Amino acid sequence: MYRYDEFDQEFIGHRVAQFRDQVARRLSGEITEDQFKPLRLQNGVYLQLHAYMLRIAVPYGTLSPRQLRMLAHIARKYDKGYGHFTTRQNLQFHWPALKDIPDILADLASVEMHGIQTSGNCIRNVTADHFAGAAADEIIDPRPYAEILRQWSSLHPEFLFLPRKFKIAVTGAERDRAAVQVHDIGLHAKRNEKGEIGFAVFVGGGLGRTPMIAHKIRDFLPEEDLLSYMESILRVYNLYGRRDNKYKARIKILVHEAGAEAITRQVEEDFARIKDSALKLPEEEIHRIRAYFALPDLPAREAESRKLSAARVTDSALDAWVRQNSVEHKVPGHVAVTVSLKPIGGTPGDATHEQMDLLADLAERYSASEARVSHEQNIVFPHVAKDDLPELFAELQRSGLATANAGLITDIISCPGLDYCSLANARSIPVAQRISERFGAPERQRLIGDLKIKISGCINACGHHHVGHIGILGVEKKGEEFYQITLGGSGDEHTSIGEIIGRGFSSEEVVDAIETIVDKYLEVRERPEETFLATYRRLGQEPFKEALYGDA
Amino acid sequence: MAAAATPKMITANELRDGYVVFLGPNGSWVRSVEAGQLLAEGPELDQAKAYAQAQHDARVVVEPYVIDIVVKDGVPVPERLKERIRAKGPTVDYGKDEVARLGRAS
Ligand code: SF4
Repeated sequence: MYRYDEFDQEFIGHRVAQFRDQVARRLSGEITEDQFKPLRLQNGVYLQLHAYMLRIAVPYGTLSPRQLRMLAHIARKYDKGYGHFTTRQNLQFHWPALKDIPDILADLASVEMHGIQTSGNCIRNVTADHFAGAAADEIIDPRPYAEILRQWSSLHPEFLFLPRKFKIAVTGAERDRAAVQVHDIGLHAKRNEKGEIGFAVFVGGGLGRTPMIAHKIRDFLPEEDLLSYMESILRVYNLYGRRDNKYKARIKILVHEAGAEAITRQVEEDFARIKDSALKLPEEEIHRIRAYFALPDLPAREAESRKLSAARVTDSALDAWVRQNSVEHKVPGHVAVTVSLKPIGGTPGDATHEQMDLLADLAERYSASEARVSHEQNIVFPHVAKDDLPELFAELQRSGLATANAGLITDIISCPGLDYCSLANARSIPVAQRISERFGAPERQRLIGDLKIKISGCINACGHHHVGHIGILGVEKKGEEFYQITLGGSGDEHTSIGEIIGRGFSSEEVVDAIETIVDKYLEVRERPEETFLATYRRLGQEPFKEALYGDA
Repeated sequence: MAAAATPKMITANELRDGYVVFLGPNGSWVRSVEAGQLLAEGPELDQAKAYAQAQHDARVVVEPYVIDIVVKDGVPVPERLKERIRAKGPTVDYGKDEVARLGRAS
């Protein structure tokens, strides 16, 4: 893992002291709420529906056991004993008291964490593939580049007041698990025919009110030009992005209005000027950063574990969990494991302090001291020996963390919605819980197969509903909660935005509606391997429309 | 018969800890909506609003605002769902309560 250098540590330390002083001045009345608000937001402190909320950046979703333990400690000491992992690979505490936040930030700083870049119109915390550095299908580990981008973007003086927030995601595998095409900038690291590293650059994707799929403006950007090119994109956006209307201020609107070609031309022109400037990435620097992300020393093992195979024969729960929640690792005899934070009927993404402590212990014992947060609101142990899976499973089972549902219909992404969020129109969590209960039977989930349901409590789309195979959007209609359903969205390498199927459903109706859709899918799929998404892409809306609304 | 005007209440968050509060009797801030003071539109509400704003300026609460209330069986309930959730907390359990519920279920 990356370790802060002196500069990082000193900077974070200063920031905590500065914020401590700002909180003291707010409490003593030297500064007003209007003056204080932008200062607290710059440190990730929101005022939400019930209380303050602190959003903590987890750069590219990577957590060490030490950091997880600190999060557990904070949950225990300052909050209500739990935290919420978000779709941006971050962690939110929903109940911290303002007077305690400087102490919380000091605790976080001691483990190289903070709440900077989790709010406001800056370059937000960079996200990446949660299987980075582990997945068998990976070509390039995206984390060193995510880290380079973190260092470049943290408090970049030119980009602190962008027209709107700005999100960057990086992947390095053919299978896109970072949803790069729905980010302001998406980077796909790859090798060219000469074996050199570079990036396909996607610009102008995003969800929210106006969902858009990004345009690829470069097929292969050489590695050394990464920062100069990012700088040029940001400059063009900073200059021409709209500031007159918050809803039209994201780069996706600029790309849409000006056209991808025009934007590409402007970016390339600026890039030609600054290409050989100080931003050019020196080979040694890339090596230096990459060294932090070296593959841990995983002892050589047989590709198949006899111990695991034997245990799977006698323990069907273990067998199901291994099948569903592990993926092949680049080192034989290992897997990357998804620890589901989606127990049947639970709140997606929540973890208690005991669970965080346990996850820290287990990461230490079984995953070379590494854990990840996925944008699907689960925890990943990237480096687990197959031999260890039976023990790991047993440990997780004891703490309710062994749900075998990664990628299945109950692995629902859900934003906090109206239960916590002051911007919400409707609740998300109870809908997720009811769907989870409805489809919770293991055989039923497995019969249905891969199906991503994503729920947002308002059009801001934090729950990524536009790219859910089934998306659910909460709206308010005559003072009541109402849910709009979209079908056919996807956030992978074949990104698509879901289409609204028809009129929405009341809170009472919505789970039945989902069941109608799923039953229809089971009826019309050509064979069990044809996923919901593939079936939808083959048949379109019609069969589902008819099932939901009849012929009328 | 003309419908009675909707009663109002003033709500805010405590500055120091962020908790939701309602303006109660005698200028106090209370954590339960049931203990909040019903206000009639007109001079009574205007006076309370001015007081609440002064409390904001005095750093007791943050950003007070007025909500509509329905009195059900003598108990004040915020009219909008959002305000009902704000008054009563999340409608779903969390933390150890959730773990206990899920543990019982499995
Ligand atoms: S989608 Fe809306 S309701 Fe959900 S967390 Fe985002 S802003 Fe809040």
